[in-house]
Amino acid sequence: MPSLGVDMQAGTLTDWKVKPGDHVRRGDVIATVETDKANVDVEIYENGVVDRLAAKPGDKLPVGTLLAVIRGEGEAAAPAAPKRVAASPLARYKARELGVDLTTLSGTGPHGVIEAADVERAAQAARPTVAAPVPPAPPAPAPAPPAGTPAMTGMRRAIAAAMARSNREIPHYYLETRIDMHTALHWLEQVNLERSVKDRILPAAMLLKAVAVALTQVPELNGYWVNDDYQIKEQIHIGMAISLRSGGLVIPAIHDVDEKSVGDVMEAVRDLITRTREGRLKSSELTDGTITVTNLGDLGVETVFGVIYPPQVALIGFGRITPQAHVADEMIGIRPVLSATLAADHRATDGHRGAQFLTALNGVLQEPDKL
Amino acid sequence: MTMTQAEITSVLQELLHKIAPEVDLARVEPGESLREALDIDSFDFVNFLGGIHDKLGVDVPETDYGKVRTLSQLVNYLSARIK
Repeated sequence: MPSLGVDMQAGTLTDWKVKPGDHVRRGDVIATVETDKANVDVEIYENGVVDRLAAKPGDKLPVGTLLAVIRGEGEAAAPAAPKRVAASPLARYKARELGVDLTTLSGTGPHGVIEAADVERAAQAARPTVAAPVPPAPPAPAPAPPAGTPAMTGMRRAIAAAMARSNREIPHYYLETRIDMHTALHWLEQVNLERSVKDRILPAAMLLKAVAVALTQVPELNGYWVNDDYQIKEQIHIGMAISLRSGGLVIPAIHDVDEKSVGDVMEAVRDLITRTREGRLKSSELTDGTITVTNLGDLGVETVFGVIYPPQVALIGFGRITPQAHVADEMIGIRPVLSATLAADHRATDGHRGAQFLTALNGVLQEPDKL
Repeated sequence: MTMTQAEITSVLQELLHKIAPEVDLARVEPGESLREALDIDSFDFVNFLGGIHDKLGVDVPETDYGKVRTLSQLVNYLSARIK
């Protein structure tokens, strides 16, 4: 059972999309899982052949539980040939991320299967400078909802756990800047003149692209803090906080935002919001975010002070674009002004770097034609 | 195509129901801000305008967003443009 976010403890397997003997390729959807937040298409992380399915639809399983065994292309089914290392998909993913050789590990999962926690322990043990590793607690099943608290849904509980962890573990610092949006909005207006009403680009999409471009200039805010280690990520996958009408929020990611045009980002936003509200997301969209953007401008909020979504190290908040008295070139004028805030992890960066990012973001939005 | 204001209102309510199915549209005052009354964001609003374009053939440009904030404003705006 893959971890589809720091706030997930368990999931219910709802459907298998493959059967033993099927060939699968990286990115294929092999199952659907229901979490507290959504129905999620679970993708496979590497090519192979489905050897066996270890769970059945309807099973509610803690994160890390073996769902299926995938063997490599060309490998014979166990036990005939060199036995493939039995590891959960999440463990394989983490092994690649952390550079751990799975063949050197002994698994602590059912039937000796290597789980993500085994990989994390091995990675931590391999670092010479850290203190003795503390084995993480085994994944616990989701607690039963307490009686008499109907407002405490599974999603609320999941958000509560993730945000409490964030506030407990992450030393946040906050910076704010005000950005003159006159040029950017004028540019967007011109772009939208050539588009049909359905294809119009919202300022939110332009801001996502601007964040991505600014991150290429200040990449230190794009990454993870894992096991007391800071990993800057090359790829920019922006998690977008999407509120649900039924309450709560989900933060799916748009992949490689820096490589997309603003129009393509808008298309991705449209697709992601639609699927999020329909409860149809892919596992990679819930796990790959390298930074989060939350935009509360629609609700009239002027300034956003966000809580970082672990293991990320930064969150960008956008408020409402409002006409304000703004000084430029020693002249006071009424300009559309946006409040942009940065919540960042002080373990990973300092205020100096954060300020550089906000300056870069401002600069990018003053030259929107380069987006 | 000519439509009465009641017919336009009916089309708009149908579109709004898809966006905010839990809201009792009968309780939304004609002069109330749609975005506030229905708690819809800019993405929903653009989708709503897309639906209007499909159903009624009217394209509301961005420059006119300020003129269509309430149901009554929108109905009047569309009445003048539906041919």
